Amino acid sequence: MPPPLTQTRAAPADAPALLQARGLAIEAGGRIVQQGLDFDVRRGEVLAIVGPSGCGKTTLLRHLVGLAVPRAGRVLLEGQDLHAGDEAALAALRRRFGVMFQAGALWTSMTVGENLMLPLRLFTPLDGAARERRARAKLALVGLESAFGLMPAGLSGGMRKRAALARALTLEPELLFLDEPGSGLDPVNSARLDELVLDLRHHLGTTVVMVTHEVPSVLAVADRMLYLDEQERTMTALAPPALLLEQGPPAVRRFLRRSAGAPAGEAA
Amino acid sequence: MPASPPPACAHSQAEPARPDAPAAPAAGPRAFGQALRTVAFVGEVLLALARWLRGGPGPRAAEVLQQLDHCGPRSLPIVLLTCALAGLMVAYMGGAQLARIGAQGYIADIVTVGVVREIAGVMTGIILAGRIGSAYAAQLAAMEAGEEIDALRVLGVDPVAHLVLPRVLALVAVMPVLYVFGAVVGVAAGWLAAVGAYGVSSAEYVQQSLRALSFTDLWIGLTKATIYAVLVGLAGCREGLHAGRSAQAVGAATTRAVVKALVWIVAAATVTTVVLTSMGY
Repeated sequence: MPPPLTQTRAAPADAPALLQARGLAIEAGGRIVQQGLDFDVRRGEVLAIVGPSGCGKTTLLRHLVGLAVPRAGRVLLEGQDLHAGDEAALAALRRRFGVMFQAGALWTSMTVGENLMLPLRLFTPLDGAARERRARAKLALVGLESAFGLMPAGLSGGMRKRAALARALTLEPELLFLDEPGSGLDPVNSARLDELVLDLRHHLGTTVVMVTHEVPSVLAVADRMLYLDEQERTMTALAPPALLLEQGPPAVRRFLRRSAGAPAGEAA
Repeated sequence: MPASPPPACAHSQAEPARPDAPAAPAAGPRAFGQALRTVAFVGEVLLALARWLRGGPGPRAAEVLQQLDHCGPRSLPIVLLTCALAGLMVAYMGGAQLARIGAQGYIADIVTVGVVREIAGVMTGIILAGRIGSAYAAQLAAMEAGEEIDALRVLGVDPVAHLVLPRVLALVAVMPVLYVFGAVVGVAAGWLAAVGAYGVSSAEYVQQSLRALSFTDLWIGLTKATIYAVLVGLAGCREGLHAGRSAQAVGAATTRAVVKALVWIVAAATVTTVVLTSMGY
């Protein structure tokens, strides 16, 4: 197995680790899909988790947000093990996260506005008017000002994703997880979402972990890229995507070039 | 600025992983595991209820009202129909036996006590299992498949308090009303058979019904019906919340919820009947 490439790009390279995976082994359907995962998510960086379908990207994300318990190893948020405490302690740690799920996961019995206001009602002292203002502002951020009163069933797939992103941002999390944010979006909205991710990083210092297949997005926004290899069942690269595109392990270069549309032979 | 490299992906640092693909457990242990999960789920519901009663997070009022509307008024017609048919059936069967010894006048006793103590509750429970328990399972399973429940968990919102409590509470709230209506209609349907087929007079039927019926029968019937409502709610929500993450899981959860609720209702009816009768009630 090739050793992982672990060079870093200049942006937040000296930032302290916000989230750490240590010796992580994760399973899906009773089968270990990845093991020996050791990496840091640095405060303020955009980390992309990339790999072929079925390699366990979404499963890894579920472990990082504490929705699944690892088969082995630990996930640490500023040194605190997500699963060391009780459910209340885990819930308190999770409130520092914002998560956008792959299919949006909007609560279908509520309007889009109510979806955004529920977290505010539960976890902030804001009154009704302030909650609505905040929710509308977040929707405006993703270009969905007019969707406030709509039911999720009335939205297209792309709109649902953007609404889900707005919901993930309502509590202004310090760590944002995005699961396939660009899938189902047209190129314009996909580029807009990339810009939004960069804006969040630059202006709010939000740390972003994104699982994605969209290599152009990775190249546009990610400071570092973690590659999960399906065959090796572990990470085989962790470095800036541009660097991996040129100097990464052959399998990673092949994946990046194919996904980016370049001829696969160039990667050899 | 040179960065301190993150820890390499060294397998030596990783904690040892357990074997790759564990064998599927046999049916016995699997059933035991399922039973344990059900017990754990019931415990979660009780804890969530206790937290809510002590001022903790609980169901949204809008959600409870929505569920009340879904469970109550819309279930009433089918509950009335089934209870009426059951009352009619008991009256005909009871009348046929009593007529052989010339005791048709006691049809009212059989119908009234039978319907109030047992039949109205069981029939209402069965209808709610098919109509509401299955809907609960389907709703929650679809939410699970669509990651809506994960979205709640990530926020630190307890899905049991937020989704299960309003559903179970709504069922518990509407059950007594449905039960009373069902019992009245069941007894009235028995009157039709007694008067129409066995020549019992209306006055005799009513008089005999009131004489046979005791307050004990009423509270037993009402308590049993409430137990069935809780069982239907728990079965539906438990299967929905543990359905799995695929579209097929939604259908499977719905089926399991109905079967489980029916089995639980019959088991509870049997146990309560045996226990209460042996206690002299």
